[in-house]
Amino acid sequence: MLDKKYLFKRNNVWWVKLAVPLSLRSELGYDLRRTTGETDLDKAIPIRDKIIEDFKTEFQIRKVNADDKGIVLRGTEHMQKTDISDPQYFHKVVDCQYACPAHTNVPEYIRLIAQKKYDDAYMLNWESNVFPGILGRTCDRPCEPACRRGRTHDKPVAICRLKRVTYDYKNDIDPYLPEIPKVKNGKKIGLIGAGPASLTVARDLLPLGYEVTIFEKDNKPGGLMRTNIPSFRLPAEVLDEEVYRIIKMGAELKTNSYIDSLENVIDSFDAVFVGTGAPKGKDLEIPGRKEASENIHIGIDWLTSIAFEHTKSIGKKVIVIGGGNTAMDCCRTAIRLGADDVKVTVRSPKSDMKASDWELEEAIDEGIPILDNTSPKEFLLDDEGKLKGMKFEKMEAQYTDGKRKLIPTGEEIIIECDDVLLAIGQDNAFPWIEKNIGIEFNEWDCPIVDKTTMQSSHPKVFFGGDAAWGPENIIWAVAHGHQAAISIDNFCSEVDLFDRPPPLTNLVSQKMGIHEWSYDNGISQEARLEVPHADLKQALSDLKMEVELGFDEKLALDEAQRCLNCDMQTVFQEKLCIECDACVDICPTDCITFTTNDTEEKVREKLRVPALNLDQDLYVSEKLATGRIMVKDEDMCVHCGLCAERCPTGAWDIQKNNYIEAHNLNKDRVKAKEVA
Amino acid sequence: MSYFKPINKHPNLEKNKLGLTRRDYEGGVSTLCAGCGHDSISACIIEACFRLNIEAYKVAKLSGIGCSSKAPAYFLNASHGFNSVHGRMPSIATGANCANEDLLYLGVSGDGDSASIGIGQFIHAIRRQVNMVYFVENNGTYGLTKGQFSATNDLESKNKYGEDNLFPPIDLTSMAIQMGASYVARSFSGDRDQLVPLIMGAIQHKGFALLDIISPCVTFNNHDSSTKSYDYIRNHNEAMGKTDFVPLGEEIKTNYDDGSSVEVKLHDGSRLSLEKTDHNFDPTDAGKSLELIREKNKEGKIITGLLYVDNKCKPLTEIMDLPDKPLNTLEQDELCPGSEILEEINKGLS
Repeated sequence: MLDKKYLFKRNNVWWVKLAVPLSLRSELGYDLRRTTGETDLDKAIPIRDKIIEDFKTEFQIRKVNADDKGIVLRGTEHMQKTDISDPQYFHKVVDCQYACPAHTNVPEYIRLIAQKKYDDAYMLNWESNVFPGILGRTCDRPCEPACRRGRTHDKPVAICRLKRVTYDYKNDIDPYLPEIPKVKNGKKIGLIGAGPASLTVARDLLPLGYEVTIFEKDNKPGGLMRTNIPSFRLPAEVLDEEVYRIIKMGAELKTNSYIDSLENVIDSFDAVFVGTGAPKGKDLEIPGRKEASENIHIGIDWLTSIAFEHTKSIGKKVIVIGGGNTAMDCCRTAIRLGADDVKVTVRSPKSDMKASDWELEEAIDEGIPILDNTSPKEFLLDDEGKLKGMKFEKMEAQYTDGKRKLIPTGEEIIIECDDVLLAIGQDNAFPWIEKNIGIEFNEWDCPIVDKTTMQSSHPKVFFGGDAAWGPENIIWAVAHGHQAAISIDNFCSEVDLFDRPPPLTNLVSQKMGIHEWSYDNGISQEARLEVPHADLKQALSDLKMEVELGFDEKLALDEAQRCLNCDMQTVFQEKLCIECDACVDICPTDCITFTTNDTEEKVREKLRVPALNLDQDLYVSEKLATGRIMVKDEDMCVHCGLCAERCPTGAWDIQKNNYIEAHNLNKDRVKAKEVA
Repeated sequence: MSYFKPINKHPNLEKNKLGLTRRDYEGGVSTLCAGCGHDSISACIIEACFRLNIEAYKVAKLSGIGCSSKAPAYFLNASHGFNSVHGRMPSIATGANCANEDLLYLGVSGDGDSASIGIGQFIHAIRRQVNMVYFVENNGTYGLTKGQFSATNDLESKNKYGEDNLFPPIDLTSMAIQMGASYVARSFSGDRDQLVPLIMGAIQHKGFALLDIISPCVTFNNHDSSTKSYDYIRNHNEAMGKTDFVPLGEEIKTNYDDGSSVEVKLHDGSRLSLEKTDHNFDPTDAGKSLELIREKNKEGKIITGLLYVDNKCKPLTEIMDLPDKPLNTLEQDELCPGSEILEEINKGLS
């Protein structure tokens, strides 16, 4: 007898049905099913075993994710009609835009690229994320793992590279910049640090008539974008153009002005924004650290001294310790400075490294070995007291209940080196903020900052970027900057800080004729296009030569055609539906089902293809004439619009969901809409 | 307007025994009016073929002229097809069936093609018990020529322009039972839970299977005074008990109490399980079936479901004692009886 545990048959194919462990039911709520795709029982059994293993890990991961994302399953009640008047419903369907901290309208700018309207595409980006050229090269790209194409096809659209295209192909955009009032509103704002967060605040406040002063400790603005991102990833001219564009809007920039006391400046301004980043690199206190300090460098400080050309060389053998993006920048910089043996060591397994996949790949492509599960034990010195190598211990990762534990194996290795670069994390540090002026700090010496308003416990002082909650990336600093600017504007206008502008949204039919919609639904089925790179040998010998060359126009247009246009929403009107099923039949990804109402758990199961991705919502209609409801699983919809094309009564319509996150630049539009 | 469907499909799509998904049974994107009932029927044919693990290259799609007869372009792309002269599809099917009984014959026709110009052909295909599934996609109107009445349109039903219908309708199901069809069902394009098992049963049945499917014409016959509109059919549909198709070797999973269902065994051993209703109805009794259809017609109801089945009938190729193998695969030694037999025959003649 073959073991049929967890298996059941559906239309001759064996499926796995697995009950969720009791302890997880509150999070997941119900049993999950998956097909083995096999009709033979003995072939289905090994697949079943694998599926069950995958489920188990999935449960563990989901448990964590479910907490993070606040997934709430709608209990035992029958499903309610989806409220599409909630702007967040369709916003969530646009996965890339929803994942972006600044909520840049990605599909819209990709369509603009497809129409070769590069200026418009750039300005759309600039309004939302302020640094399209910089981010198009360096963004951490939370949008790309979220991209629907990764679920429906293979790999996501190269969103970040297309953002760079808007910069590379634009013309002069100065005429489109917002007008700066000649008569100021009399409010003075001090911004400390000239990084992306402060610059965003400045950009958002200047058009409203604020007088803005930026203090920068270095001799040039840009913050971490200048000091920590090597120029082979971000050329200085791109950085300068986008940073100085904001300065030229009328900000007063004070370089070489390290603020050593907040108390001294706070009274000169109506509000102060702290965007000083997380400038303190973590140190590694192990034996030999003090003795060998001459050849041990803190990664971010070392990168800074290279950016300002204080450091121009390094030893031949270099060890970089750390697994994040700073470590990747350090090792790639070291090799360009003339080191010929660079190794990266990281305590965790490679799969758990914090570095973005593409940055890790680039480092590996440049021939840099990554030694994972390798924990530093000691700096070794030669007879003259000079660093000669390092001792490491190999680790082993063990996973219990989804939590990782690194267990020392006892195996030690010694690696020779001339220099060591430490890139094991950064902290924010505020030695210059007096403890008695009303800014409260928590147990980790981080300021207590409101997540919505960015206000500290001192009403006049706002925080953003890495300074607020520790290291993140540029796009988060921009998002913080927008919110801080709204708060500062409210604060100076004596408006409640929590009275924040809603996003600008509209949902407009795209119908142009009987079977015509305003967008091109003939999306490309091609695989993600590779971006051209500079010749490796040349690139490695020149610290300033940009490695990624960016898409040329043809590649850009081809890649743009891969975008699924997820902002083109399928909107359903139950009153018009005659239940002819034409939409069900035409849908290429089987996401539409007409069925009887039930609990979410049951409805998810009985769709044409069970809806297993709990992160994605179901679009549910009111009861139709036959008593059934329409359910659309948003997970796999490719936004082709065929449901609307084949609908005889116009019950399905394609409507563009234009979602624009509120910031001060579109303040007038938000107000006009409120009045209307 | 889109002429192509994106090729990507849902990664968790079910596969059948052949490792194919529903989408592998699709055809081109329909050019019929959006919302046409015929498209739903195509989808049900796709579903039935998918579930029965049918190899598309062993299917021949035959049709005549009309909106319905365009439909074969929209399912089973990998099958054989023959689009005949108006109303002549039954003859083509008869010939093809004689020449090669290995193929599954799906004849797709409409009310004009079968009840008007081709009615003589239709009757003789039934009488000869051609082994095929004969779909009548019945919308009661000539959609392709701007909505005139067809021969199946009900007497009380007006056309889109408000004109009265002067002549009574032909009931194809009663006619088919009288002419000796061995599998007769009526269904509605908007009820795929009923239609798919009926198609599956018809495919597995050996002999002439008629499926009279009411299929609303959204453009010309879906108005308030129509008796073949989505709303009218939904309000007047009197469905017989639920029909389940049970493939060979599978247990019946339906939960009817003992004696509450009728079971019909098909030629290949698969079964149809019919839920009993208060009609006290036996689908193997032609007389009772005709009575029920007439009765319900009088009440103004449309009875749907499996109306008649004769699972002991002999199909055309058996009646004519034709060879089992397709004619084009017969070798010389099978075709030519040889000189010894010839001599014997000659002796008999002398």
